[in-house]
Amino acid sequence: MIVFKKVSKIYPFDCQALVNINLLIKDGEFVSIAGRSGAGKSTLIRLLIKEELPTHGQIFWKDQDIGILKNKDMPLWRRQIGMVFQDFRLLPNKTAYENIAFAMEAGGRPNQDIIRDVPQLLKLVNLTERAEHFPNQLSGGEQQRIAIARALAHRPKVLVADEPTGNLDLLNTWEIIRLLMKINELGTVVILSTHDRDIINGLDKRVITLEKGKIIKDDPNGKYILF
Amino acid sequence: MLTTLIRVIKSGWFNFWRNKWLSTAAISIMSLTIFSITSLLLINVLVNSLTTNLEDKIDISVYFKLGTSENQILDIRNELVKLDQVRSVEYVSTKEALKLFKEKHKDNEVLMQSLGELDSNPLESSLSIKAQETSQYESIVGFFNQEDYLEIVDKINYLENKIVITRLASIVKVTRQVGSIVLLILIIMAILVAFNTIRLTIYSSRKEIKVMKLVGASNWFARGPFIVEGIIYGIIAALLALIFIYPLLWYFSPKITTYLPGTDLFYFFQTNLISLFLLQLAIGVALGSISSIIAIRRYLDV
Ligand SMILES: Nc1ncnc2c1ncn2[C@@H]1O[C@H](COP(=O)(O)OP(=O)(O)OP(=O)(O)O)[C@@H](O)[C@H]1O
Ligand SMILES: [Mg+2]
Repeated sequence: MIVFKKVSKIYPFDCQALVNINLLIKDGEFVSIAGRSGAGKSTLIRLLIKEELPTHGQIFWKDQDIGILKNKDMPLWRRQIGMVFQDFRLLPNKTAYENIAFAMEAGGRPNQDIIRDVPQLLKLVNLTERAEHFPNQLSGGEQQRIAIARALAHRPKVLVADEPTGNLDLLNTWEIIRLLMKINELGTVVILSTHDRDIINGLDKRVITLEKGKIIKDDPNGKYILF
Repeated sequence: MLTTLIRVIKSGWFNFWRNKWLSTAAISIMSLTIFSITSLLLINVLVNSLTTNLEDKIDISVYFKLGTSENQILDIRNELVKLDQVRSVEYVSTKEALKLFKEKHKDNEVLMQSLGELDSNPLESSLSIKAQETSQYESIVGFFNQEDYLEIVDKINYLENKIVITRLASIVKVTRQVGSIVLLILIIMAILVAFNTIRLTIYSSRKEIKVMKLVGASNWFARGPFIVEGIIYGIIAALLALIFIYPLLWYFSPKITTYLPGTDLFYFFQTNLISLFLLQLAIGVALGSISSIIAIRRYLDV
């Protein structure tokens, strides 16, 4: 269970990215965050993994205020979240395989798990034959799929995907969406940020719509309302 | 724990290979640093042996009046040897003094002739004294100011040599002081250059460090590979520095010896090869690892 309590974020020099956000996400939910470019979707997600700190307010995960997490507990918290960054953020010096393996290594998983899981994850995102490629040898869509595989590698309790389909063609987009839904059915909370109208309309799940940093709509079976 | 360590080392090793250009730059600078530090240390050895040579040439002679018994002088000698400031005391008897005199002036016929006309030996016996340090002659001279000695001591050549001795003493002192200050400054500069190179190398990886932490790596897991990489730089740089210094010394050492007899750097280098290499290795590893740790600290703050 994730709770945002009166959360605001002001970036340096007075940029109000989020204004007084109150939000509750229950276990097992599939939540889409919709909104125009600049509405604050990525910021909301950055606060959740504590990449940025909220200017006001608190964020809870199972009654734990993540704002007061100790430094040494941060990795444990982050290993419960699988994060797909809008800009992928693969490690440039590591191959596709190693990028996925890294998340598991960092989590202290034994080698035999890594040898077993990474090929499966590569297969899941259809990139088995690109395993030994470095990120700069992969297309945007391929990098995005590797980023998704990495996010799934440590079997997160929450999967956060920031525009995970932005670089994908229609076929791959739906492949990914189906994958997210399957993961959600297995019990993982999925938080998906997107401004793709078709995805939201096709999902028929909870939609939170942001505009200028405020939640203007929170609909359990949402449709895309902007534009 | 062990798995983590192996993973960190493996990852550092891969980073090292995959960052070939940055690695090459960092290693060159570091090996230059280690090379300079070693050269400076060798120069220090040279300066020290020079000043020691110089100090070795300084002594004072105390001449005793004719008729002073040998026993008296030997007693004084024993007293002197007990003093902390005294390094060595050499007794020159009247006979030896004569022998030395004759040796020195054997080509001077007039002098020899007039010496032959004397019935007795006109030369006084003496003690020639070397101090531990040049500055201590003053106090040794003071030792002879005791009343018992005033009667038998004829003269001390310190007063004549005083200016030379004090000047030498101050030259020796200044040389050592300036030498160690310059050495220190140069070493600090070299270390700063190497440190900054490593900092740049890590600066180029700051985004990676952040990503590692965001996908759940602990501080040590994120920074470990960079420290390993820094240590690898250090080891290779130390090896390179050694490989450079060896032929250089082999070539230059004989030339230095012809200018400054009594110094043999190559010999010094060869006999201390292992400890010198260990020192270089220690400098390299310390420089590499500490620089990485300091440079990386601020990027861990995610
Ligand atoms: N590091 C930052 N410093 C200052 N302002 C920022 C920073 N990051 C984001 N902003 C501002 O905060 C606002 C919200 O940005 P955010 O990235 O959350 O938008 P978004 O909804 O993810 O947009 P997009 O759909 O384009 O990714 C924007 O106005 C942006 O300019
Ligand atoms: Mg965004």
